Amino acid sequence: MDLTILWFWIIAFMFIGYFVLDGFDFGVGMSLPFLGKDDTDRRVLINTIGPVWDLNETWVIVAGASLFAAFPEWYATMFSGFYLALVLILVALIVRGVSFEYRHQRPESEWKKWFDGMIIVGSAVPALLWGVAFANIVRGVPLNANHDYIGSFFDLLNPYALLGGVTTLLLFFVHGAVFVSLKTEGDIRVRASKLAARAGIVTIVVAATFLVWTTFAYGTVASAIFAALAAAALIASFLANLRGAERLAFGLMAGTIGLTVLTLFASLFPDVMPASNDPANSLTVANAASSAYTLGVMSWTALIGMPVILLYQGWTYWVFRKRIGRAHIEVAVH
Amino acid sequence: MNDWLDPLLLSRWQFGLTTVYHFIFVPLTIGMALTVAIFQTAWVRTDKAKYLQLTHFFGKIFLINFAMGVVTGIVQEFQFGMNWSDYSRFVGDVFGAPLAFEGIVAFFLEATFIGLWIFGWDKLPKKIHLATIWLITLGSVASAYFILAANAFMQNPVGYTINAEKGRAELTSIGDLLTNPIALAAFPHTIFACFMVSAGLIISVAAWHLARNQHYETMRPALKFGLWMMVIAGLATTLAGDQLSLIMGEVQPMKMAAAEALYHTATGANASFSIFTLGTPDGVHELFSVRVPYLLSFLSTHTFDGTVQGINNLQAQYVDVYGPGDYTPTIWITYWAFRWMIGLGLAHILVAVAGLFFTRTGATTTRPWMWKVAIWSFPMSFLAMTVGWVFTEMGRQPWLVFGLLRTEDGVSPGVTGVEILISLIIFTVLYGILAVVEFKLILRAVQKGPDEAPVSGVESAESGEVQHTVTIY
Ligand code: HDD
Ligand code: HEM
Ligand code: HEM
Repeated sequence: MDLTILWFWIIAFMFIGYFVLDGFDFGVGMSLPFLGKDDTDRRVLINTIGPVWDLNETWVIVAGASLFAAFPEWYATMFSGFYLALVLILVALIVRGVSFEYRHQRPESEWKKWFDGMIIVGSAVPALLWGVAFANIVRGVPLNANHDYIGSFFDLLNPYALLGGVTTLLLFFVHGAVFVSLKTEGDIRVRASKLAARAGIVTIVVAATFLVWTTFAYGTVASAIFAALAAAALIASFLANLRGAERLAFGLMAGTIGLTVLTLFASLFPDVMPASNDPANSLTVANAASSAYTLGVMSWTALIGMPVILLYQGWTYWVFRKRIGRAHIEVAVH
Repeated sequence: MNDWLDPLLLSRWQFGLTTVYHFIFVPLTIGMALTVAIFQTAWVRTDKAKYLQLTHFFGKIFLINFAMGVVTGIVQEFQFGMNWSDYSRFVGDVFGAPLAFEGIVAFFLEATFIGLWIFGWDKLPKKIHLATIWLITLGSVASAYFILAANAFMQNPVGYTINAEKGRAELTSIGDLLTNPIALAAFPHTIFACFMVSAGLIISVAAWHLARNQHYETMRPALKFGLWMMVIAGLATTLAGDQLSLIMGEVQPMKMAAAEALYHTATGANASFSIFTLGTPDGVHELFSVRVPYLLSFLSTHTFDGTVQGINNLQAQYVDVYGPGDYTPTIWITYWAFRWMIGLGLAHILVAVAGLFFTRTGATTTRPWMWKVAIWSFPMSFLAMTVGWVFTEMGRQPWLVFGLLRTEDGVSPGVTGVEILISLIIFTVLYGILAVVEFKLILRAVQKGPDEAPVSGVESAESGEVQHTVTIY
């Protein structure tokens, strides 16, 4: 296979890794106002992702760096084109990250309230904006011959892209709620599962609309299959959650998110950033890629590195497989 | 266009601001990870409570700091594309690879094992838990190597060819890129400088407590550790820095001439090094100076009769090679940054040597003034580090990639000055607030001192029944 095509799918894989993993972190963060009745509850919630949010977030760093190395033109155009949106995402990720670390540093409830608020906002903003950004890529944006974005910030806020943003927001929200039901015990576990069910109905409607729109406006045969599978997985996850099969529901939610990302990437291919004004200005897998030598070096690195990474990350999840409940928090000493 | 909305100027400010800020936390991550790993190893080996207390005490400072290193790092990763898109297009084929390596090899390692270290106290056997902090240390050092290899390409491009059709640099040898002589010299220099900064923190903290006659059991060994770390790392930094000047003198003679504000080519005794100069504000005319003959020749060539090229000669040469233009960096910045880096660095190595002398076994009198001096170790080492980078990066101007791409040609053409001004303001305000919060939290952790009671929640996994989650958050 042509290395450029391989790297297109490796990039897709990395974003899938990012959205599946950090997706439930965002969901848990957004669930604080719904599930966190008191401070102990909120600490239970945060501790479900405590040991792993950093490694999950690192997926976007590696995805970004790989994009830079494998498709410099794509990286340059996307990151400069979505400038203000990315500033917002960065600010959100910064406040979310420090809040996890800082909220427990002082006992005052005023202090904690501040950081709870920042966790909620810091989770919701990227959950929404990543969807907006990727939907815009699929839809196409105006580019000049140098491949620079020539639209404005507000052009990015079109109905299709906003629907994409709401879709990722809701998918991550449900993903997080299902994750909480899988990782906690007692009352909060039950409430999380109920929350997932209630939000699930809205999510199915919104996500299905987005997938259908994507398929008809920008789809290919492959993307249509992925879209159908994504919708099926979402519904199956909803049903599994209703029957209390938490593990299955979580696995299917991960599948839904992965397949949704695949739908978007399959709709794009072989473009990586279609130009809406003039197809001649589009960035494609071919004209955005690095040289064969660089891609070769990168392929070896990924080939050797990724299995090791998946292994030790899998081990981490296994170490922290136990459910957490209020009792754990109350016992913990500072 | 309005000068204040010049995208180039604003992008440079934003990059400088965010990078200097990121680099407050990086040296502490690198150095404190090592420190914590050493204390924890001492605990595992000897089972002495004081080492466990030190592990937890410095571990807490390390963690408060780590979070900031991570979140400010994401900004670094993104802003090449955001603010420097033409630069990214030009060098991505070369520069992207070390960044991707850094992510795949180093960041994943750190980010995964930090979770295991924080939350794994009672879930992992003692020795495996110890291994996690060593893996974090390894990851942080590896990340420094890759990012410095990337930076070294900008200082001294190697292992590439220019593809004229695509208008970009393309990688031809990953081996050459990773063994760039600048990278090989800058890596030890920077790593040991990072250890100096951490040693500075340890000395400052220990001195603060000892001056108040508290936590003697733990803070005295910590002080000794910090002093030795400072002396050893200081010597290594100096040696590596000397090597770095030598190579830098070859690849960027203009930077080294600017470091000395040497306008005319000089040989031997005339190639003197000025320790201090008073000049006209533009730095063009010298009024008064204290000079060491031969030293500049020695620094730049390692011989006493070497020739050091002057700014004016180099400027003329560059015009011949690269066409008309101004190829001199801002002289007063490079001149003073270079001096402050070396001066502050050497000064606090001396402080550490004096500290070792005064606290040697058998030394009885404590001298209060000594604590007052020692407390300055951290700010001094930190400042030395920062001005070192300012020298490196501003001394490279007007080039972004030396000899290949000018800074003005790297900036994103599609991003407006208003957008960058907005982001610059947002980052400045956000970083400013976080700096205050961070500083207060660290100060609080420092002043609280190590827990004197046996630290709870560290029963190892073997202890069977104990279901004790050490929940940190
Ligand atoms: C505590 C910190 C510290 C101390 C004591 C020194 N340095 Fe340094 N220096 C740095 C911290 C630093 C640094 C911040 O880490 C830099 C910035 C880039 C780099 O590689 O290291 C640096 C850069 C740097 C450069 C520029 C390299 C470039 O442009 O890429 C030179 C030539 C030197 N140093 C030389 C020296 C010499 C001759 C020293 C002592 C005699 C010395 N440094 C002490
Ligand atoms: C090792 C990785 C680094 C890389 C790849 C890097 C790259 C860059 C780039 C792309 C710019 C913007 C263009 C320019 O103004 O020349 C820049 C400028 C700058 N960097 Fe670095 N940098 C690195 C490390 C650092 C560190 C650690 C510091 C300080 C602690 C630093 C301080 C600065 C400053 C002050 C500027 C502004 C210089 C100016 O515009 O005059 N850099 N660097
Ligand atoms: C301007 C260039 C730089 C870029 C693009 C960059 C990128 C990053 C990123 C993305 C992170 C977060 C990693 C994580 O989430 O785990 C980070 C943190 C870190 N970086 Fe930088 N960095 C730059 C400058 C430097 C320099 C010059 C060094 C070392 C000499 C360095 C070493 C580290 C370390 C040790 C950390 C903290 C620990 C961690 O990985 O989380 N970085 N950097």
